[in-house]
Amino acid sequence: MQPAITLATEYGKAVEIAASDDQSPLAIRELTVSYGEKPALFSVDTVIPAQSMTAIVGPNGAGKSTLLKAALGIVPRLSGNVQVFGEPVEEMQDKIAYVPQRASVDWDFPARVLDVVMMGLYPQLGLLGFIKPSQKKHVMECLERVGMAEFAERQIGQLSGGQQQRVFLARALAQNADLYLLDEPFAGVDAATEKAIIAVLQSLKENGRTVVCVHHDLATVADYFDHLLLVNIRKIADGPISEVFTSENLQATYGGRLASTHIDQLKLPAS
Amino acid sequence: MGAEFVQLSLTPMLIGILAAIACALPGNFLILRRQALIGDAISHVVLPGIVVAFLITGTISTWPMIFGAAAASILAVIIIEAIRRFGKIEPGAAMGVTFTSMFAAGVLLLEQSDTSSVHIDVEHALYGNLESLIWLEAEGWHSLIDPATLATLPDELTRMAAVAVLIGIGTWIFWRPLKISTFDETFAGSIAIPVSAVGFGLVVSAAVAAVAAFDAVGSIIVIAMFICPPAAARLMTNRLESQIMWSILFATLSAILGYVFAGYGPQWIGLDNAVSAAGMIATVSGLILALACFLAPHRKRLGAAENLGQ
Amino acid sequence: MLDGILSAFFLQSGYNATLVTIGACLLGIAAGTSGTFLFLRKRALISDAVAHATLPGVAIAFIIMVFFGGDGRNLVGLLLGSAISSLIGLLAVGWITKYTRLAEDAAIGAVLSVFFGAGIVLLTVIQSMSSGRQAGLEGFLLGSTAGMLFQDAVTIAIGGVIAVLAVFTLRRPMTLAAFDPEYATSTGQNVYRTDLATMGLVMAVTVIGLKIVGLILIVAMLIIPAVTARFWSERAEHVVILAGLFGGAAGYIGSAISASAPDLPTGPIIVLVSFALFCVSLFFAPERGIFSALLRHRRFQLLVHRRQGLLAIAHGERIYDPLTLSTLRKAGFLRADGVATDSGAAQASKTLRDERRWKVARGIYQDDAVSNLYDGLTPIEAVLTRDQIAEIDRHIPVAKQVDGDR
Repeated sequence: MQPAITLATEYGKAVEIAASDDQSPLAIRELTVSYGEKPALFSVDTVIPAQSMTAIVGPNGAGKSTLLKAALGIVPRLSGNVQVFGEPVEEMQDKIAYVPQRASVDWDFPARVLDVVMMGLYPQLGLLGFIKPSQKKHVMECLERVGMAEFAERQIGQLSGGQQQRVFLARALAQNADLYLLDEPFAGVDAATEKAIIAVLQSLKENGRTVVCVHHDLATVADYFDHLLLVNIRKIADGPISEVFTSENLQATYGGRLASTHIDQLKLPAS
Repeated sequence: MGAEFVQLSLTPMLIGILAAIACALPGNFLILRRQALIGDAISHVVLPGIVVAFLITGTISTWPMIFGAAAASILAVIIIEAIRRFGKIEPGAAMGVTFTSMFAAGVLLLEQSDTSSVHIDVEHALYGNLESLIWLEAEGWHSLIDPATLATLPDELTRMAAVAVLIGIGTWIFWRPLKISTFDETFAGSIAIPVSAVGFGLVVSAAVAAVAAFDAVGSIIVIAMFICPPAAARLMTNRLESQIMWSILFATLSAILGYVFAGYGPQWIGLDNAVSAAGMIATVSGLILALACFLAPHRKRLGAAENLGQ
Repeated sequence: MLDGILSAFFLQSGYNATLVTIGACLLGIAAGTSGTFLFLRKRALISDAVAHATLPGVAIAFIIMVFFGGDGRNLVGLLLGSAISSLIGLLAVGWITKYTRLAEDAAIGAVLSVFFGAGIVLLTVIQSMSSGRQAGLEGFLLGSTAGMLFQDAVTIAIGGVIAVLAVFTLRRPMTLAAFDPEYATSTGQNVYRTDLATMGLVMAVTVIGLKIVGLILIVAMLIIPAVTARFWSERAEHVVILAGLFGGAAGYIGSAISASAPDLPTGPIIVLVSFALFCVSLFFAPERGIFSALLRHRRFQLLVHRRQGLLAIAHGERIYDPLTLSTLRKAGFLRADGVATDSGAAQASKTLRDERRWKVARGIYQDDAVSNLYDGLTPIEAVLTRDQIAEIDRHIPVAKQVDGDR
């Protein structure tokens, strides 16, 4: 833990906040979210380090997507709080870019690729702001970065799954955020797209941004990410990949749902 | 096409066009949000709204009735949402429960109240009285530039025009939040668009359009215009901006052709009396939609096979 | 007034009223059950399209019957016409949904408004026909039992009997198809045909109900009892039976009340009785009702805060959440100055032990049966036997020390 600073006293006791948590891009404390009577997340506590590439990993129904939505401040919390760069998340939404699951929208919507990426400009444009030539250029650059510039005029329903995912990523890039939250960006995309997306995410990290992905492919976790959060309703473990990505932790996360032969194939360091 | 047209046909036609456009604008978004039947629900609860307003005020005057109808629509929307959320009932069924019950209450109140002296009846609410909204004082096209005669235009026209303009401006101002939250609600929430407020605002504007229109043209046109022109427009294009334009065109066309067929059509086939203009406008909008279903360039859903081929 | 209702209840209000009451009751049963199958398949509002699409059929049947010199008001003929046009409407909804990119709700809305509009046009045509003045077809909009012919009442009662018999015969395949279409297919059942049968039944109910409640309100008889019944049971076959009972009761009570006074129209009264049953269920049903859900949510939230707070005490962490603080104080686990009491500390270490046991248990019992029971709130004693827990404790050296807190 980093050196702590004493901020104030309350009930005669020092209130301590770790210096590193204070400005973390994403600090989640005691977060519990439930849909109905069963908690989707229970008392999750985690701090995402700045400039990291973090994977959120866990079995289906473990609350990974819920964790992202809570981090965006768009699901009701039963308890706990979420801070983004030291402020309540509700006040910091313009610092966050979110890439939802591809399947969560109706791709039959009447819009072109360009229209979708332009949506990322809304926080800058407001209700009636004109789109300046520089902003239009920025949008085209974002499409260029994901290799979709030539599809700008294409109807979104005509795209393949991988292309749809790239368009969503371009929209997030257009937001020019500091924290990128992606929900299963590699689900059902082709190998070329996976490579292109990871390259973009790496360059974001190199430019000082923080990237958090819900990820489901254990085989690529160690290659793509440097920080790991294992969840299954509870937080199982979090920390640098090298320390946390162990077969013991994976067993604890997945329980019987992950065959031990599968874990052996990952060639993890023995714990 | 002279004085008689201006006197008898111009105003009903204009009112029909404006009502159709005012309903078609929010209809575009309702269809894309899979909430097309909200229009159906709203138009049914207009009846209890006006009956209650009549029972409270004791008179048939326009503003209390419009207020009553608007209040009933908003109440219905809130009840539907409450049943959906707290009762965990799917939206279609929640709508079905709400609007039929409110409509039943309206009919019952109507039967119970003493309406022998006044003109308030179910048929009126269903098909309006478009044909009677004439401009008797007009003497020809030149009346359109005569302030004194203009002042005698039917109130319904002024009201409908105001509402159509209001809804047009509202759609323009809130275009971006409407479009973004209709396409991708989670993303909209993540960029601080108040998603629920946008959804509620859309439904309220639909209610305002329905209420303004029912008085002049009845609720059949309201339901038909919420759905048919936007649905046909969706099949014509793949861009929301052009879809809106097509829907306005189709709404206008339905109103004009419907009115003309209702007024003159029967004479062409040798009948004496005109038929219901509201019903005919709805029918024409349905014919336009049918044509679009068979011929429009983008009528087909893009299949999975085509997706892979790209 | 009360006398009137009572005599109607006991079917003492004359032939027609009695037949209407029996007919409405049977219609309610048939509508409630067949509507349930639609509701369970999330297609409740398709009944709205079916109902509105009857109007042009009624009008065309009238015109044809007059044209061939018959009595335009023959109920059987009118009902036949309405059945044909609602079938066309139904097919149109299916066609639009299948062959264009429009969704089902848009198709339903388009069909119902256009068919209804066309029906209104035809009604105005009939009004201008010489024999059409007294046609009284407007009665089909809202239903009218006043001045109903004896043979019409008999037709409705017979139709009600047939519909109930049809539901009874088809109840098993329809329940299966509504509850689990995939499983139904795997057992060799033709779900598509079952759907068709359901639609046929819904159409039949609509057509029979036209004269009593009218085409706008028949939708209520198909939807409200099903939704009401859903609050009382999680099992599809029970929902079907309950919906039949609610529908039948609403039909019987509603038409009895209506028969007791002249200005109480049958259709609206039946619908409002049905709605009253719905409201009672929405608020007071034991499991799914609003009151019980609110109570449970609050209790659940307090449980979560209590557990989280206790774990925070056990870990020596500060608690910031005001609700957690007040929950712990009320339970006597925390003093006003935020320091844990003795019982708080004891309870905290107990909770911590439970947490640790769970962690081990999830390692040992790696099947989903145990892991799924782990929701962060269930104490482990509720799930595993004493021996199993003893086995777990062998893996936790700390747990032995905590035992002293009991």
